[in-house]
Parts: sequence; C-alpha cells; structure tokens
Amino acid sequence: MARTITMREAINEALSQEMGRDERVIVMGEDNAGGAGSPGDADAWGGVLGVTKGLYHRYPGRVLDTPISESAFIGAAIGAATSGMRPVAELMFIDFMGVCFDQIFNQAAKFRYMFGGKAVTPATIRTMYGGGFRAAAQHSQSLYPIFTHIPGLKVVTPSTPYDAKGLLVTAIRDDDPVIFCEHKALYDITGDVPEDLYTIPLGEAEVVREGGDVTIVTLGRMVHTVLEAAEQLASAGVAADVIDLRTTSPLDEDTILESVEGTGRVVVVDEATPRCGIAADIASLVASKAFGSLQAPVELVTAPHTPVPFSDVLEDLYVPDAQRVVNAAKAVTSWSR
Amino acid sequence: MSATPERLLESYRIMRTIRDFEERVHKEFATGEIPGFVHLYAGEEASAAGVCANLDDRDAIASTHRGHGHCIAKGVDPVAMMAEIYGRATGACRGKGGSMHIADLDKGMLGANGIVGGGPPLVCGRALGSKLQGTGGVAVAFFGDGASNQGTTLESMNLATVWELPAIFVAENNGYAEATSSTWSVACDDIADRAGGFGMPGVVVDGFDYFAVHEAAGEAVARARDGGGPTLIEVKFTRYFGHFEGDQQTYRGGEVNEARENLDCLKRFRERVTSAGELRGEQLDAVDREVADLVERAVQEAKAAPTPTADDLLTDVYVSY
Amino acid sequence: MTDERIRLVTMPKWGLSMTTGEITDWWVTEGEEVTEGADLADIDTDKIAGPLEAEGPGTLRRIVVGKGSRAPVGAVLAVQAPAEVPDSEIDTVVAEAQQRNAELAEAVESGAEDTGPAAQTVTVGRRALSYLSVGEAGSDGVATVLVHGYGGDKDSWLFLQPDLGSDRLVHALDLPGHGASSKDVGNGSVDELAGALLGFLDEVGAARAHLVGHSLGGAVAATAAVSAPERVASLTLLAPVGLGEAIDADYLRSFATASSKREVKPLLGRLLADPSAVTRSMVDDVVRFKRLDGVQAALQRLCEAMLDGDRQAVALPDSLAQLDVPVTVVWGAQDTIVPNPGDDVLHARLPRARIELLDGAGHMPHMEKAGSVLASLRG
Repeated sequence: MARTITMREAINEALSQEMGRDERVIVMGEDNAGGAGSPGDADAWGGVLGVTKGLYHRYPGRVLDTPISESAFIGAAIGAATSGMRPVAELMFIDFMGVCFDQIFNQAAKFRYMFGGKAVTPATIRTMYGGGFRAAAQHSQSLYPIFTHIPGLKVVTPSTPYDAKGLLVTAIRDDDPVIFCEHKALYDITGDVPEDLYTIPLGEAEVVREGGDVTIVTLGRMVHTVLEAAEQLASAGVAADVIDLRTTSPLDEDTILESVEGTGRVVVVDEATPRCGIAADIASLVASKAFGSLQAPVELVTAPHTPVPFSDVLEDLYVPDAQRVVNAAKAVTSWSR
Repeated sequence: MSATPERLLESYRIMRTIRDFEERVHKEFATGEIPGFVHLYAGEEASAAGVCANLDDRDAIASTHRGHGHCIAKGVDPVAMMAEIYGRATGACRGKGGSMHIADLDKGMLGANGIVGGGPPLVCGRALGSKLQGTGGVAVAFFGDGASNQGTTLESMNLATVWELPAIFVAENNGYAEATSSTWSVACDDIADRAGGFGMPGVVVDGFDYFAVHEAAGEAVARARDGGGPTLIEVKFTRYFGHFEGDQQTYRGGEVNEARENLDCLKRFRERVTSAGELRGEQLDAVDREVADLVERAVQEAKAAPTPTADDLLTDVYVSY
Repeated sequence: MTDERIRLVTMPKWGLSMTTGEITDWWVTEGEEVTEGADLADIDTDKIAGPLEAEGPGTLRRIVVGKGSRAPVGAVLAVQAPAEVPDSEIDTVVAEAQQRNAELAEAVESGAEDTGPAAQTVTVGRRALSYLSVGEAGSDGVATVLVHGYGGDKDSWLFLQPDLGSDRLVHALDLPGHGASSKDVGNGSVDELAGALLGFLDEVGAARAHLVGHSLGGAVAATAAVSAPERVASLTLLAPVGLGEAIDADYLRSFATASSKREVKPLLGRLLADPSAVTRSMVDDVVRFKRLDGVQAALQRLCEAMLDGDRQAVALPDSLAQLDVPVTVVWGAQDTIVPNPGDDVLHARLPRARIELLDGAGHMPHMEKAGSVLASLRG
C-alpha cells in the first residue's frame, strides 16, 4: 500500500527491505552508523543526512562505519562485490569522487570488459549532489556527467521518492556497478511510495507531463523546476512534454526522440555545468537522430561554466530556475526562420 | 613447518613456469609480435610461489602491472595467459585485457592491475566478503615499492586493521619504481616499518628465498584465518629485466648479474631440496622439461590462435544495458 | 454572479475520488461560438479521460486554464458569454475565477479536501488482504462485496463504490496477487481465490453478502456462491470468466509480461470500447502495480490457470444454474477480452438470471458505464 513519505525515508526503506530480503546486501560509508567506537550511541547519525539511520541495529554487522578513506572503502565495496556481496557504499558528497575515482572508473567500470566478460561487480555507490545548500564549490557540484562518460558504469538520478526507492532496489539487484546520485535538496520532498518492494528498470525515462508543443528534457532536482515552468508555460498557452531521464546511463533515447518527433522543439535543463554534459549530450542526440523533426535550435538551460558559488545571491543565479526554463521554451516555440 | 614433497615439487613447477614464461615473453617481445606494454616478473618467483603455496580456493589475490607470476602461482592457465599477451580471442580475457589485466576470478585472481596501488582496496573488499560470509578465506594484495607510497595502499592497510580483515599486504620491493630507486622514494628504511603505524605486524623477508617467503606468509595467513587481522610482509629482491620490455635500464647497477649468479630463487630451491633429500634432481629435471614443453606449446598456440572480431568490440561492457 | 448571460465552465467531478483534472486539449478557441453539448475540452482524471461538454450555448470568451494544466474540481476552466458582454466585465469575472481557482488548489494541496476512506487490511490464512469499505450496514446487515478481475484492484470500482455506499456497506477487496494484498496466489486457481474471498467475508464479519464480480472476479464470486450458497444474498457478474470458451488469451499473456508504459498502454486500450479513454494515470497505476515484487509471477500463475491453449480453462459448475439467489449478468457490447458467449449460452447456464447488455462498454462496464451498472446493482 502506498503512503506518503520523504525521499530520505524511501531510500532508507529500499536499503532496509533489500537488506532484509538478501543477506548479501551490506551498507558502508562515513558515519553510515555514525558513532562507531565513540562513547555515545553507536548509531548516532545514520549518515551525515540521516539516510541510513536505523539500519545499524536492524542488521547487526552489516552497516559499516568507515574511516575517511574513500579510496579504501569505495574500493573495498567494489572488491566485496566481486566476491558475491552486494555492497551499497555511500560517497558522502559527489565532489569527493576525486579522492577515489580510480577505484570507480579504472577498477569497477573496467572489470567486466577487461577480464573478457568474466567479472560481475554488483556494487552500488550512493552519493549526494547538487546546489542549494550554500555549501560552495566543493560540496555542491552535479558531477554525474563524469560518471556517465565512463562505459561500464550505470548512473541513476531519481527525482521523486517513488523513483528513488524503485531505482535503488534495481541498482542493488543489478549486476553492474551503479552510481546512484541523490540531490541533497530532494531528501525532504514527499510522495506516494508503496510499502512493498518494487523495481524500476534502469534506462527508462518517465514522461512526467504531456503537452505536445515543446519537449523539455531534464533530470533530478531540475524535474521539479521544469514542472513549475511547465505550469507557467501552460498558462501562456505553451504545452510542454516534460521528460525525466531518471538514468543518464543507460539513456532512454527512444522516449526523447519520440517526443521530439512530435514537438520539433527542444529544451534541455540540467543543473550541471554545460561542457561535455548531459544537456550537450541530449542536444547532440537530437541533432543527429531527429534533425528532420527539428523546427528550432535546441536550447540548453544549465549552470554556467563556473564553480558553484557560496553567496546565496550568486548561488541562486547559478542554479537554473523556472523563469529561465520558461524563457527558453518560449524562445524555441516562437522561433522561426 | 615442513612441506610435503608434492607441495615442494608443485612450488618448483610454479617458479620454473614463471621463469620460463617470462624469459620466453622477453624473447618473443623482441621480435615485435607482442603488442603493448609488458612487465616481467623473472627473478621474483619466490614471492608469488611462496605466498600462494599457503592459499587455497577460498582465497583471493590482487596483483600489479607485473602480474604474470601471480597469475601462474594462483593457478591461471599459462596457455590462456600467453594467448592473452598476444591479444588473441582464446586469451584468458579474450584479448580485451592484455598483459596488464590478466584475471581469473574463478581462481581467486582479481587481476593484474595497470594502476599502481589499485589492488589493496579491492583486497579489503574481498577480505570483508570472506569475513562476512564466514568462509575462512583470506585476501592478499601484492604491490610494489612504488605502490607502497600510494594513498590507496596506506588507506587500505588502515582500513584492514580498523575492520579486522583477513588481509595480507605483500610489498614486493624490487628496488625500483620504474626507474626510481626505492632507497630514495621510500622515506623509511623498510616498507615493513610502516606496519606499526597501521597497527599490524610487519616483517622483511629475503625475496630470493622461497622458504623464507613461504614461512612468513604462512604465519600471516594463519593469523588472518584465525581472526587475527592483517599483516604486512616486505619481500626484498630485484627484477631480472627492465621496468617494461624495451627499458634500457641505464639507471641500474650490476645487481642483476649478481642476483642471477648467487641469489637466484630457483637455484637455491634446487640446492636446498636436493641436499636435504626432499626431492631428487631428476624430479626437478623432469619438471624443467615439462615446463619447457608447456611454454613452447603456449607460444605456438597463441601465435596460431584467432584474433578477436569486430563483434567483440562492443560486448561485455555491462552484464545488461 | 452579476451578469446571468455569463456562463462559467468548471472542472467536473467524475468519480468521488477525483480531486483534480488535467486539460489535455481545448477543442474550441477564444471567440468561437459554442452550442449546447459541444465538446469543449478533453479532461484527464486520475482514472479515465473524457470530453467536457458545453452545458449551454455562448461564445467562448476566455480560457482560464490552458491546455496541459491541472485544476481542482470546481475550478473555472473557461468563460462563455454572448459577444455583447463587454471585455471589461469578462476581465472581472476571470480575475475572480483565478482567485477562486487558487483557493481551491490550495485546499487540494493541503489535503483539506476529503480524500475518502482509507484502505484496511485483514489476514486470511497466510495472506494479507487489503480492502476499502464505504458506507454503513443497512438494517438487514448484508454487505456488498466487489471483486475485481485479473490485473485489477479495489480501485477499479471507484466510479461505483462511493455512490453505492451512500445507502449500504460496500467492501472492495484486492484479490491475492493484486493491489496491496499478498502476492502469493497459491496454485492460481479460481477455487483458491474463491477460498480467499470466503475467508475475507469471515474476517469482515459478513455472514451474507451481495457478491459483485468482474471478469476473473466474476468466476471467483460465482464459485464462492456455489460452494457456500448460504453466504450469498445475490450475485452480479460483470463480463465473467467461466461461462464461455472465448477469451483474448493474447491480452492475458501480454498483460502478465508487459512491464513498461509503452507496452501497457495499448493493452489497456483493448479493455475499453473507446481506447482513447485510457489515461496516463491508469497506465501509471498498472505499471506501478506490475513492478511490485512477486506480481509478475502471480499474474503468470493466474494466466496459466485461466487458459487452456487460447481458450478459457475455467468452467463454472453446472450447479450454478440451481443457485437460489437473484443473479444478474452484465456485459459490455464491445467486450473483446471476454466476449459475451451469447444469449443461448447464458440462458442455458443461468436460466433465471437477468441479463443486461451495455452498448458503448467494452470489458470494463463498471468504469465505462458506471451509471448503468450502478442502476442495475440498485435493482
């Protein structure tokens, strides 16, 4: 039965139910219990934002606090995955990928290919991304395009509690390494989530709104920004198809192209910086595979090519907002030769 | 700690196979038929053989770019290895890995590794898996003096102690990280000195002495299986060839000739087991002949084997996508 | 309203659980003449889509809620008025309407709207069965129990249950393998499901009940009635399985394996006389259901039990004819999933049954022609 819970609760529930169903599932990360070896509660934190709270006592020995050694424990999750475990490691902030990236992109991502198809690496790496917390340049980035660039990795960017639970369950059960990117500003959003376990396939975009005048492709937190924009656009007589990619690897090209064939006009909205990113990737896809349908240039609404600023004034300018999406959609729908 | 004659003969066979395999790759590489980078293990055989003689099917190892010896010692088929080195479809990795990425997960061989320091974190994971699954298995990270300075290695040693993992860290100090001397790049006297900083025992052993390595590793494996946590073993020796094939080795002194002449692990092994009456010279000679045949067959089969096809380019990136 | 020449077009309430609807298209543009009964717009509700018809004539002066927008029930969608009403007056009306729409939207958002009764759970044997109850027991104490079909759930009665519950107690349950009930269907047979239904009656304290079953649920209700006739006050079968031989086996099998919206949407269209009435949320709900752990296996099992090759494997017992309670059979005239086996068969199998054929309905008469089915249930 579905009830309304937060995204944080949905992720916690996915972890808990999968740990209950499959004893190979283990959870590790900095402060994932929070309090290991401390005089107080051994389960004081449940991760820095409380996502893993409660699992430590429910599954003794299977929720592991780690030293602040991302290379070692992300690598350990990958190594454990090759020995039949299904580890879920938490890389606290996606920005910290820099201190453990080798284990992800040279080890986990390569094993299967490099070893001639004989390796299976069912590791899930959960990580928090995105701006809006005034956390500045080293704690606010949206770096999933970098993971998306790497063959061998799958990359998930859920936008709702329902998607977060189903996609995380799928990620845990998936035999490939999956990077599961959680936007920190979405943890408290609520939505209907079934109590039972369920899965959502990776590589299936969700058409969250149908309009027919313009296709707006987006993902993660920007889905909510775009829906706000789509509401404003509707009042102005512009009906938007809104596509939530849900996963950037695999990419659901069919759903994007199907919509573009109907609208001929495309806006891509991404919180990440623009160069070599998802927005550019989608624009390239549309240009090469739906050129005949296009009736206007593709508009990209992204963060600027700068680090994420600290000042709230600057950060609010940095993260794309609904007005920018509205402007872009109006530009492509009114464009003519 | 006495080994059975069968075990000794098997260890000799492993060391001889590694030596012949590497000498032959050295020769064939010079003909230009082998693509890519190749790093040879000749001279270091006692380390792989001495450590792996303590391991069984429950156990796993992670290796380095200089990985042929570890593969052979953990039971990977030399014929499939040679085909892989030649980039053939019949190779251990179907021609998609090459010398630096030979792996056989079924044998507990987690792969040679092109990244210096890539293996120790993975070994922590394997050891964690064994611990949680209660298999009694241990995991061994082989790494060089170069990797002993990598953060991944140091983080992993710390994590192994913190998590009380059945892990063993084997620092193979052959004196050079590429062309840079470990006497310069390693800030302490011995790599093993670092063990204390990570709360584990550390020992230095003579890497040309199979029996010394076997004994030190035996103690570490027993401790790990018993829940006693990790150990750091530093194995000191020198490599007989360059960092990679084609390396002119102008940075080196005369240590290779000295080692080949007076320290060589195969010679010392033969002297020791024959003088102690554990094995007869003819038994070892027979192994030498069998190994020579095996390596010859491996090269001939590799040369005759088909190359991968265009279809293979896109397969095995994912289990499902 | 100051000027009675002005007519407000508002969001209708289709089904009692509807709180908002989405304008998927406007068929008229501002300034266009509209006649009474003309299609103004397409509206997508949570369950079903349909056209909004003009309640009277008048020029469509202003669209207040644009295409692609969602608005609460009662919200002003557009304004009709003859051309002589000045624009300034229309502006005032629109401004008031927007104010009111915003208030309604806020009420929906805050959950102030009555979201209706909540589902409950009983345990029958090893299974948890979820159900929704509406209304209060009448003096006879006989409840009505609604039994959905293959792949359906208790929500498929949403157009019926609230109205029917206005003067009696009505339970709608999720059969094993469906909705929020346990996904264990045992051997998947109709007998197994009928056992669960009788167990459900025990748990909710229904000594006797009016059983209403749709499709597979019809076979389940009929089987329960035959095995425990003393528990049954009446039997209503909507397009029931088990009377004829024909069945759309491809639909059953495809439904069991379909996992994406792309696959599910055309399948659902086959259920209805008008496939365009399938809404996004109907598809969403089915896909969400299908992705629950255990559902795929449950549906496969039920599918196997229902089919013998491409024909029906379920045959209701002959003793059904002797059942001494009022029996009603309702069939959609355009049903291609479980086609009406014809009067001869129905009269032979159920000689005393009242038989109703509904034109304009496919396999889902209780959704497509809810009013007619409701009238039939009220007798």
